Amino acid sequence: MKREADEQGLIGALSTGDISPDQPAWHIASPQPLPAPYELKPMPSGTAGLEGEVIEVSIGPHHPSTHGVFRMDVVLDGERVLRLKPVFGYLHRNHEKLGEQGTYLSAMPFTDRLDYFCSLTNNWAYALAVEKLAGLNVPERAQYLRVITAELTRVLNHACMIGFLLQELGAMGTPLMYAFREREKILDLFEALTGSRMMCNYLRFGGCRCDLPPGWAEQCTRVVEGLPRFFDEFERLLATNEIIMARTQGIGVLPADLAISAGVSGPGLRASGVNYDVRKVDGYGIYPRFEFGVPLGEHGDVYDRYMMRMLEMRESVKILQQALRDLPTGPVIDPKAKLRNFRPPAGEAYGRLEAPKGELGFYLISDGGPSPYRYRIRPPSFINLTVLEDMCIGHTLMDAVAILGSVDIVMGEVDR
Amino acid sequence: MDSPEQIKARVEAALPGVQLELRLNPAVPAESSLVVAPAHAVAVARFLRDDPALRLDYCSNVTGVDWLDATVKEKVKTRRLVAGEEQEVEETIERKRPGYLEVVYHLYSVALRHGPVVLRQRTRNRFEAVQVASLTPVWRSCEFQEREVFDLFGVVFHGHPDLRRILMWDQFQDFPMRKDYVEPDDYEYEPTPHDEILDKARRHYPTGGTA
Repeated sequence: MKREADEQGLIGALSTGDISPDQPAWHIASPQPLPAPYELKPMPSGTAGLEGEVIEVSIGPHHPSTHGVFRMDVVLDGERVLRLKPVFGYLHRNHEKLGEQGTYLSAMPFTDRLDYFCSLTNNWAYALAVEKLAGLNVPERAQYLRVITAELTRVLNHACMIGFLLQELGAMGTPLMYAFREREKILDLFEALTGSRMMCNYLRFGGCRCDLPPGWAEQCTRVVEGLPRFFDEFERLLATNEIIMARTQGIGVLPADLAISAGVSGPGLRASGVNYDVRKVDGYGIYPRFEFGVPLGEHGDVYDRYMMRMLEMRESVKILQQALRDLPTGPVIDPKAKLRNFRPPAGEAYGRLEAPKGELGFYLISDGGPSPYRYRIRPPSFINLTVLEDMCIGHTLMDAVAILGSVDIVMGEVDR
Repeated sequence: MDSPEQIKARVEAALPGVQLELRLNPAVPAESSLVVAPAHAVAVARFLRDDPALRLDYCSNVTGVDWLDATVKEKVKTRRLVAGEEQEVEETIERKRPGYLEVVYHLYSVALRHGPVVLRQRTRNRFEAVQVASLTPVWRSCEFQEREVFDLFGVVFHGHPDLRRILMWDQFQDFPMRKDYVEPDDYEYEPTPHDEILDKARRHYPTGGTA
């Protein structure tokens, strides 16, 4: 993965798998060690004789930078963040209770509404947990279709996440529109396959709902072939942009040990240098068959988290090319899988996968009845916000907005 | 990775006085869980995190489960006199099991790439003795998730640094994820001109639904 910007030593720190130990000179030193959480930081010593007071600001729930209805109670000393408490619940509709009241299959369309950018990976995570609980098999062709739709979802999510992040850094519109142009092509594919652009509701326990329409695989191959050109264009525009580097490097540093302890998952965890990708660790579905790398960051700052998404999109394209090349023929759903009167045996199962935002898990307890006794979602966006305060303390308010953007949240999943 | 039975033996050997209960999972036997008493939970959690063979440094999922009062049927073999001679007879006895709340932790190891190990804590009942130990000091990822269990199930976590409601609003009274939760007639207590809600209000409120 040697690129032009890499040769200039600009993104030398970021590589696939191996980390170089020496820190490049261009990287701004990390800020002071983070103070312990839950303690109000005392005023810095140099400000003793100066007039001024600590103010508390409530940002949101209807602020354009908060990705939906999310609120942060921020304590500010001038522009510096002393304390930050996220406030949730504005979009809470008790999805888990709804899941426990209906049948297993009737919860499948609800999962689309969790992370409404990535309905297909949500479907897969739920199907994975139910298949583990009931011991169902998935036919070969359905496994490939799941991988193809999941990786398209990942590209779509990461491209838009970068667009939103740059919007928050002040790049109004342009990068986001570039990302939405590519998203449009992928959504057209989803519409042709599932009948819906965002609320796909495509997977079933033991397979997929329907087979590909004629010409879909060819169109998908054309879209995938066009993606690297978009990545090059995007990277030329952004990766070495002076303003982006100044606004993101050294900002919101998340140390690896804190990231692990706080349950951070997905690109945010790997940006801190932790080599943990559920696709590699659990090897669910047919991922062990594909060759792809796990990009790792070194500094765990906003720039690394942004760069993780760029590099992961390229790895997704590698998976897509292999999956489209090897796509077998055959049934797309196990003929023995029951859609009606589906009652898994009593027991419990926890199924998880690598969603674009992190580790998405479903925990199900069955009592042998037609609806789950307990239906729990492990939402990556929600848990990744645990360390938002630790990342923001000591930075300015405008940096807090960039740090929130780099976590990549969707409120439908945070509040459920 | 060790099986849940082996982990149970390791923990009991390393921490004298600690008893774990094995809760079998018929669907996925490798994910049978270990039930720990709240008094020992923090010590067991620290052992699981720091033990070099386990190193469960990543607490992925924390959630609650509400178990109502139930009647459990058990088959027991007893010896008794049947027609003058002693025989072994199988009998079904019914036992009342009081309800309790349960907190489930799914633990993984990032360092050794294994898991999950399922840890459970139980409360004594569903009403006043609903305390368990908070594992937030061991795994920071429990912070928001234990707040959520407190919010939706009403489990009180001892030792949690910031135990407040997280998804429902602060003035909310009940615990919506409990199995016996009943929705209020009208969340806003302002009878809207729908017939059904007006009828309910007439039945329930002394003023007949007029302010």
